[in-house]
Amino acid sequence: MDTINNHKSKILSFGEDLGEAMGQTLFDKIWDAHVVSSNEGFPDILYIDTHFIHEVTSPQAFDGLRTRGLPVFRPKQTVATADHNVPTIDQHLPIKEELSRYQVDMLTKNCKEFGIELYGLGHPFQGIVHVIGPELGITRPGGTYVCGDSHTSTHGAFGAIAFGIGTSQVEQVMATQCLLQSRPKRMKIEVNGKLQKGVGAKDIILYIISKTSAAGGTGYAVEYAGDTIRSLSMEGRMTICNMSIEMGARCGLIAPDDTTIEYVKGREFAPKGEEWDKAVAYWKTLYSDADAAFDEVLSFKAEDIEPMITYGTNPGMGIGVTQHVPETASFEAKEQGSYKKALDYMGLHDDEQLLGKPIDYVFIGSCTNSRIEDLRQVAEFVKGKHKADSVTVWVVPGSKQVQEQAIREGLDKIFDAAGFPLREPGCSACLGMNEDKIPAGKYCVSTSNRNFEGRQGPNSRTFLASPLTAAASAITGVVTDIRSFLSESELV
Amino acid sequence: MSTKIFKHIQTSVVPLPIENIDTDQIIPARFLKATTREGFGNNLFRDWRFDGDDNPKQEFVLNNPNYGGKILVAGKNFGCGSSREHAAWAIADYGFDAVVSSFFADIFKGNALNNGLLPVQVSEDFLKKIFDAVYADEHAVVEIDLVDQFIKIVATGEQETFEVNPYKKACMTNGYDDIDYILSKKELVEEFEEKR
Repeated sequence: MDTINNHKSKILSFGEDLGEAMGQTLFDKIWDAHVVSSNEGFPDILYIDTHFIHEVTSPQAFDGLRTRGLPVFRPKQTVATADHNVPTIDQHLPIKEELSRYQVDMLTKNCKEFGIELYGLGHPFQGIVHVIGPELGITRPGGTYVCGDSHTSTHGAFGAIAFGIGTSQVEQVMATQCLLQSRPKRMKIEVNGKLQKGVGAKDIILYIISKTSAAGGTGYAVEYAGDTIRSLSMEGRMTICNMSIEMGARCGLIAPDDTTIEYVKGREFAPKGEEWDKAVAYWKTLYSDADAAFDEVLSFKAEDIEPMITYGTNPGMGIGVTQHVPETASFEAKEQGSYKKALDYMGLHDDEQLLGKPIDYVFIGSCTNSRIEDLRQVAEFVKGKHKADSVTVWVVPGSKQVQEQAIREGLDKIFDAAGFPLREPGCSACLGMNEDKIPAGKYCVSTSNRNFEGRQGPNSRTFLASPLTAAASAITGVVTDIRSFLSESELV
Repeated sequence: MSTKIFKHIQTSVVPLPIENIDTDQIIPARFLKATTREGFGNNLFRDWRFDGDDNPKQEFVLNNPNYGGKILVAGKNFGCGSSREHAAWAIADYGFDAVVSSFFADIFKGNALNNGLLPVQVSEDFLKKIFDAVYADEHAVVEIDLVDQFIKIVATGEQETFEVNPYKKACMTNGYDDIDYILSKKELVEEFEEKR
């Protein structure tokens, strides 16, 4: 017996040694650095560095604090903005819609009462919550960020843990600066190789989700890696991480590198002086070790990715722009009903090609694609061109700062000349909550993140695509392959 | 602060055999402007339930008087999309105590658990059996027991066990709340902040 026990303990200790020697993923390094308490059978208590709040998912949480008689535990680590409900024209006037105005006013009142900084309408830092966090240098490598909004995954582009939470959890973070969370599994998605011309970050993520399905990432923290991802700008990386939730993932993240550090440097709330040097030294330790174990690894080739477009009613229903809509018969019997329902809603049929299909609206904006690079890329393309008469185009900057920058660079004039009016910042037509809605039955090529039924307004029909595909389609009036605008030399 | 207690229910069910039901279908964004948690049930599945003139669409299951009960049974990947807790509030406010599906989106599942609405994940096979049972007899009764973690089709006796996080199970069966739990560890949070 003794021998067996000795043998057993040897194996155990050998196993533990191995455990210690085993490398860690980027996700685990950040998670471990934020665990306040870990108890068997309980979710971890995870410390949250910054809590972003907005007008829609916070009022009930503030009410909860009042009922409990609690303050906001760390108001200085809470940042508020108004984005979902705001109009994107005439922002200097009172909000016309009564309930929207009430919700925005309520946020102002709550922030004042609980001592929270608010970048509300009229403030030079106002904008979509996932645009302003990074642009102000609040989002940094190694941090933990939450917000009552599923696209909080955007902030993971900096090598951070960032995810959306419900309102009960918003109240939890307000009350404690912590969140009870079980550690998700880890997935690595690698993209390697050279992208075709006209293909960008949005096409990469739509392609990935078309392969994983809208549920394929559920239960996972996804790290994006590979040389294609590495070659993207911070804004492209944000587009990728933003849509992690569209495959169901808890969050998405990309290891920080020089591109990340360069982006954060000098921003309003970025560390300065000695603190900066210390921060950078730490950020350089943030990567998945070569021998780190992932629960799942997926690999894709950049060369396989075409400009993408969705045809259905979830973001997993995407195809290359030249491909045809799948046939109902290609799905399992139990899935055919849901598939047919989606095609009926979209007014499409089996095997239809979207290329050349007339469209009514083009929306360039949302937390996925409303940053200055998106606007520059669109402006460069539309310069000297004009939209088709049949199409209404909205270009909505992600923040006041993006809007000001676009105007400083003269992009607004290019847009105006092309029939692409530049509006004021907000979530706009991404979610059919404010005044910007796509009318029933109309087709919109949209750079946003969701094509759910009614997402852009009751009975609206959404084709998700990149800013370039959206801009090209606005010019022609039909779903367009951006590559048809590129000269042969550009296509090489 | 205590939340709703859930231990056991036995009721007829409402079948909704559609996959990937997202939170925009459960409660469209234009109805998220309320600043309290009540009343969202009126707009549950709004655009599937009512036409543009607010007339009920007869073909939708919630408008079919033959179906009713405290359990909503839906296709896989239920609750995908937005983090809006209003989706869980709307389902609970309408009168459901549990949602059964073969797969749940992450954030929705957490939101439901935080509101005393039990998400019960079953196998594809068992989900089909429930649909078969309710389409054979619209009054078919399903039993869900959180304490012993099983779900049963009463008429046929077929049953399956389901998983639930032990901590969340304790919360739901006792009406405990996450904030109370973290507040009981507040000194650890302050220690953590000082050490950083």
